[in-house]
Amino acid sequence: MNLSADDLNALWLTLKLAGLSTVLLLLLCTPLAWWLAHSRWRGKFLLEALIALPLVLPPTVLGFYLLLALGPQGPIGGLMQALGGPNLAFTFSGLVIGSLFYSLPFVLQPLQNTFASIGKRPMEVAATLGASKLDAFFTVILPLSRPGILSAAVLGFAHTLGEFGVVLMIGGNIPGQTQVVSIAIYEHVESLAYSQAHWLAALLLILSFVLLLSVYAVNRRWRLVSP
Amino acid sequence: MSLSMQLRLQKGDFNLDVSLELPARGIIALFGPSGSGKSSLLRALAGLEPNTKGQLTVNGQCWQDQDSFMAPHKRTVGLVFQESSLFAHLDVKGNILYGRKRAGHRAQQIDLQHLLELLGIQHLLSRSVDQLSGGERQRVAIVRALAINPSLLLLDEPMTGLDQARRNELMPYLQRLHRELAIPIIYVSHDRHEVAQLAEHLVLIERGRVQAYGRMSDMYTRLSLPLAHTADAEAILDAVVDGYDAEYQLLRLKLDGGHFWLPGPQSAIGDAVRVQIWAKDVSICLDKPRQTSILNILEAQIQALMEVGCGQVLLKLQLGSQVLLARLTQKSADLLGLHAGQKVYVQVKSVALLG
Repeated sequence: MNLSADDLNALWLTLKLAGLSTVLLLLLCTPLAWWLAHSRWRGKFLLEALIALPLVLPPTVLGFYLLLALGPQGPIGGLMQALGGPNLAFTFSGLVIGSLFYSLPFVLQPLQNTFASIGKRPMEVAATLGASKLDAFFTVILPLSRPGILSAAVLGFAHTLGEFGVVLMIGGNIPGQTQVVSIAIYEHVESLAYSQAHWLAALLLILSFVLLLSVYAVNRRWRLVSP
Repeated sequence: MSLSMQLRLQKGDFNLDVSLELPARGIIALFGPSGSGKSSLLRALAGLEPNTKGQLTVNGQCWQDQDSFMAPHKRTVGLVFQESSLFAHLDVKGNILYGRKRAGHRAQQIDLQHLLELLGIQHLLSRSVDQLSGGERQRVAIVRALAINPSLLLLDEPMTGLDQARRNELMPYLQRLHRELAIPIIYVSHDRHEVAQLAEHLVLIERGRVQAYGRMSDMYTRLSLPLAHTADAEAILDAVVDGYDAEYQLLRLKLDGGHFWLPGPQSAIGDAVRVQIWAKDVSICLDKPRQTSILNILEAQIQALMEVGCGQVLLKLQLGSQVLLARLTQKSADLLGLHAGQKVYVQVKSVALLG
């Protein structure tokens, strides 16, 4: 394979970014999705629309606002500076924060749909069998949600793999630090290194396809076995 | 009295307000039209309706009063929902052990093996839930509920969604339950035939209020209640098998006030059975009929008469210590000059064995 050290770095960075973002999003979205699926709060739709924004917003718009927020004068960056923390813009941590916003709906929505379709009944049944709410959530709801959790994880991971606009705005293009595969491909095309662009592009294509394949295969099997 | 409740629950427009003292064991049917609050009451008993107000004492233990509300997972209650509620990610054994593991030493007082035999599911333990028929699912759900050794069992229309064959298959298991268990079982139903086969006590509920409560045989024949007014009004009587005519394949049943013959399989002398007699199958004679095809002719005394519309009257008849209903035309009643206190002969065209 004709991959340079920078290409390999970009690949490793991309996988690390997607993996870390997915794990953080799953932890963050599971309670949020449960609450959204079962809350009867009337203002819920406001929050749902806000969370869905990254689905329709041009990534550059999201990236632009994130850049402002993460910068030393922005609310997040300013807070970090006041606490003596590191600068966030143009760093890997900044990329992770950006990915959390960018991929949030892709993780949240499958989880919310799964929790809504499971309904409250299994929790009630578990309660009559002596399980506290937390116990029932871990021993009944999560196992029943396995296909939804897998969908959420794969969609979040795959979507973060393809991140471009946001990364460009808040991460820049620092090889080994913030250069991800999608940007490396753009870089190769700009410098007319088409064969290197091909290698990376094909890798990303295959990886994304395999990931989606696993989601659809699992969902199909699930539909076959569930009553 | 082991189950005492005064519960109020407001759910939108619907208002549940129920005060009851129920016996310590046996099947208590909660009967009423859909939307009358039967399921809401069960949910309130299980603690699944946190807005429930009032007090609830089960077997001497306070589950709820003015200042306290015991969380549902702390209540020793078994609840079987209308539709199958087995956990799809566990097999039959996993489902049954889910509650049992959490019930601790209390559950050890229940012999699981015996329970599995009682509901006939020993052979299903390693099956996955989606390999079970509707009736098997409900039997597993009942075992799962009982395996925690509850002090109250709640069955919310467990027959709904089952076809007649599956219902007939599940019924004997349910009948066995009330003979074996020393806890109150509240059975929600809107099917009077189901209730007639199972219950000892009956709570009539309508629009969130208790309309009447009493022994089932008494409730079915109470002229003031709508149960007696329908075309399929019936009386439920307790009897004992006291003979069998092998030549004609007839079972002889003895009850206070006489005996009945009915076609049926031979059963052991001394078996207690429950029979059902429809009001429309009972006719009245002033003199003892001699040449008639009807086998069952008994002496009874008219307790009360009531017009039920469409030119029909309903007679409540005392038969020994039990009660029988007869539905006649107004004209027949007038021609015979029937009145309360009168001694008459009743001809019973058919008697159904309820098991």
